[in-house]
Amino acid sequence: MVTDCDAVIVGSGPGGATAAHEFTRAGWNVVVLEKGRNHLLELEPPFGPLGHMSNDELKFTRRHVLGPDPLLEPRSYRRGVDDGERIHVGDVNNLPSTVGGGGVHADGKLPRFREEDFTLRSSRGPVEGADVVDWPITYADLEPYYAEAERLVGVAGEETNPFAAWRSGPYPMPPGADMFGATLSAPAAERLGLHPYRAPTGANSIPYDGRPACVNCGFCGYYGCPVEAKGDPVALLRAALRTGRCRIVPEAMVVGITRTPDGRTATGVRYLDLSAGPEAGDPPVREVRSGVVVLAGGAFETPRLLLRDDLGNTSDQVGRNLMVHFQTLTVGAFPFRVFGASRGRSVTHVHDDHIVGDAAQDAAARDAGLPWVRGGLVEHGGAAGPVQEALIYGPGAHHPEAMRDSSLRERLWVFTMQGEDLARPENRVDLDPTIRDAWGGPAGRMTWSPHRHELVASAHAGPILEAVLREAGAEWTVTSTSPPVGGDVSGHPMGLAPASRHVVGTARMGSSPEDSVVDPECRLWDCENVVVCDSSVFCTSTGYGPTLTLVALAARTARLLVGDPLSAAGPGSGHR
Amino acid sequence: MTESNQPPSPQLDAVERRTLVALFDTLLPAAPATDGAPPVPGAGTAGGDRYVEQLLGAFDHDPPRIWAGGPSSGRHGGEDGFGRFLELSGWEAVAWRTRIAGWAEAYRTGLAQLGEDFGDLDDGERATRLDRLDESFRELAFEHACEALYGDPVYGGNADSAGWAAIDFRGDTAPTGWTDDEVSHPYGEAGPPW
Ligand SMILES: Cc1cc2nc3c(=O)[nH]c(=O)nc-3n(C[C@H](O)[C@H](O)[C@H](O)COP(=O)(O)OP(=O)(O)OC[C@H]3O[C@@H](n4cnc5c(N)ncnc54)[C@H](O)[C@@H]3O)c2cc1C
Ligand code: SF4
Repeated sequence: MVTDCDAVIVGSGPGGATAAHEFTRAGWNVVVLEKGRNHLLELEPPFGPLGHMSNDELKFTRRHVLGPDPLLEPRSYRRGVDDGERIHVGDVNNLPSTVGGGGVHADGKLPRFREEDFTLRSSRGPVEGADVVDWPITYADLEPYYAEAERLVGVAGEETNPFAAWRSGPYPMPPGADMFGATLSAPAAERLGLHPYRAPTGANSIPYDGRPACVNCGFCGYYGCPVEAKGDPVALLRAALRTGRCRIVPEAMVVGITRTPDGRTATGVRYLDLSAGPEAGDPPVREVRSGVVVLAGGAFETPRLLLRDDLGNTSDQVGRNLMVHFQTLTVGAFPFRVFGASRGRSVTHVHDDHIVGDAAQDAAARDAGLPWVRGGLVEHGGAAGPVQEALIYGPGAHHPEAMRDSSLRERLWVFTMQGEDLARPENRVDLDPTIRDAWGGPAGRMTWSPHRHELVASAHAGPILEAVLREAGAEWTVTSTSPPVGGDVSGHPMGLAPASRHVVGTARMGSSPEDSVVDPECRLWDCENVVVCDSSVFCTSTGYGPTLTLVALAARTARLLVGDPLSAAGPGSGHR
Repeated sequence: MTESNQPPSPQLDAVERRTLVALFDTLLPAAPATDGAPPVPGAGTAGGDRYVEQLLGAFDHDPPRIWAGGPSSGRHGGEDGFGRFLELSGWEAVAWRTRIAGWAEAYRTGLAQLGEDFGDLDDGERATRLDRLDESFRELAFEHACEALYGDPVYGGNADSAGWAAIDFRGDTAPTGWTDDEVSHPYGEAGPPW
């Protein structure tokens, strides 16, 4: 077969960037097709920053600079079939669509999962109404790749989390500066028996890998980094480009995977060349022929592509078991400024206690008729910027004083619990029957509602988190969830769809083609030279951000393909 | 990146401008200085009309004035890159032209509904007119008023950064940012004012 490259990679986010790096390092030639624009780095030597990232609230949070523009690429949402075809069209769980994907504007808390996260079914047991499974791989299988991921991205952290899994080596960098609010909330959490620690973060605390240290600019989550202190995924893309074996093509929307007549082997991909612009009428369709196809469009777009192309779905599992974190948001207003919305990296401390659980959490589960519940990582962080704050207060005479007083921004400290979401086949991504993108492709539709497990875990954690904030000095506290639940939720400021940008599970990894989409090496069971390098393959959501794990998995998948797997160090390798 | 210096064509006539300023000043009104705190300007008086003009007339410029450049404004070191607006792709331009056309129509209708005399009315009468306004326009105007007063001045509003000064917000900070000490110990040795 004549090919244009060894691997074509669909999507340039953390997953695709990792694959590009690992392949090119091993001497493969790759083409990365990215449907979004490039605002990240020059695609020709010396591959410097483009300088588009900035501390600009309007550009990043109100004007879709990193895409996707919901007018061009709408998605739809419904909670379940009882809602009819949909209840919302527009932005649903969107991650940026741009060179670098969601990594560009994530604030990059990059924790590893724990051993138990890979063996949830065996260690905790089933839960009625959910599909709790073990992963076909273990923490030990992934550990060397976690270490590689931390090194490649550049993770700053410390080893003080008593619940952390063992590690084969230290973090590449020490943690950066504590946000002031965390200097109040972390000791308060400790006084109430919790175990906060400095969040492992993909932002340089010291110059690293040719990029400078973070300057604490205060515009981190939802913003691109103006000084390139965030490594994910720019470090990986730049490294791949520097080999001379990587070509990144922005504005290239993959719409199909070409196959041999028997359908068992991919021969490349078809994409719409959006760079031709609307003047060209329908976008020209182009092809890249390749030995391996890597799907890394993220856990929403990858199943959308598979479904629209009718590939990989003999198990009927594509798009199913969609998991997003059920967020519990507990806020506390302090009698003085805590500077959470203006200084530092959005979040600098976290705690895992609600994942690990205790007797009280077990009792809450039992009282609710559940065998167990697990909450999620709690991020200790600041609020959003002044435009977002101004919108919350509503118009009127009270507005100027509310802004000056700033109880919802500068005096606010926020706990966000990224609650574990249990897999359910009916929670899924599929193709909306009528909504189309600007180029006629079916929009992706999310059908999702929480299991009782998430609600119970959230209800249990909320009062604990409020108590911590009051212990830290907050004058008042309040807890809400995203998505909102109970009562009339129609006017909820965060919308009806879940706000979490941690999206996983829609092309599940498994040991059998009957009930999973990819094998333990992330190859499609139905077409084995197609691999998935994003969080679609997750079997459980855990209570941790998905990104480090998806980068580690992508590194493992790519290294297995090029025949250069990393060997495991084992728990006795000198580190906890 | 190039930018033409051609003057923007006015999107609003003088009457509409006046009504818009009054509308924004009603939605996000001014407040006088208090002990130690500077005054809060009304969102209209602080350049709300220029904000809307620039947004509705974004495509009178090349590149369109939708996304300011980067990586810094020059206010805290570095060069002034904000004024070099970013190019839009052809498809992005389609989306933004569509969005802006809808907004332009909404302003035309909504400001007319408020009436030419809106700026001369007292608070009670303004409230009555606002109540009668189409809800979607009221929401749009409120969103734009917030963006105008608290967004970056490069977008036309927040004149002299007065919105930010009122709330003691530095705005953008890159590339200097904040020192580790300013982040972790903003109150110095004394600690926070409990
Ligand atoms: C504000 C914010 C904060 C976050 N913070 C954290 C955090 O602290 N910790 C954490 O773990 N995670 C965090 N995340 C989530 C993180 O961004 C994602 O987990 C991560 O980006 C997923 O990586 P990915 O490569 O799988 O997919 P993506 O980052 O979504 O990248 C996929 C790319 O593929 C492109 N693409 C999709 N379909 C196609 C197609 N058909 N053709 C061509 N290109 C295509 C998309 O345009 C996109 O650029 C955060 C997200 C946000 C929004
Ligand atoms: S806080 Fe640091 S890492 Fe985050 S955007 Fe600012 S400089 Fe970059």
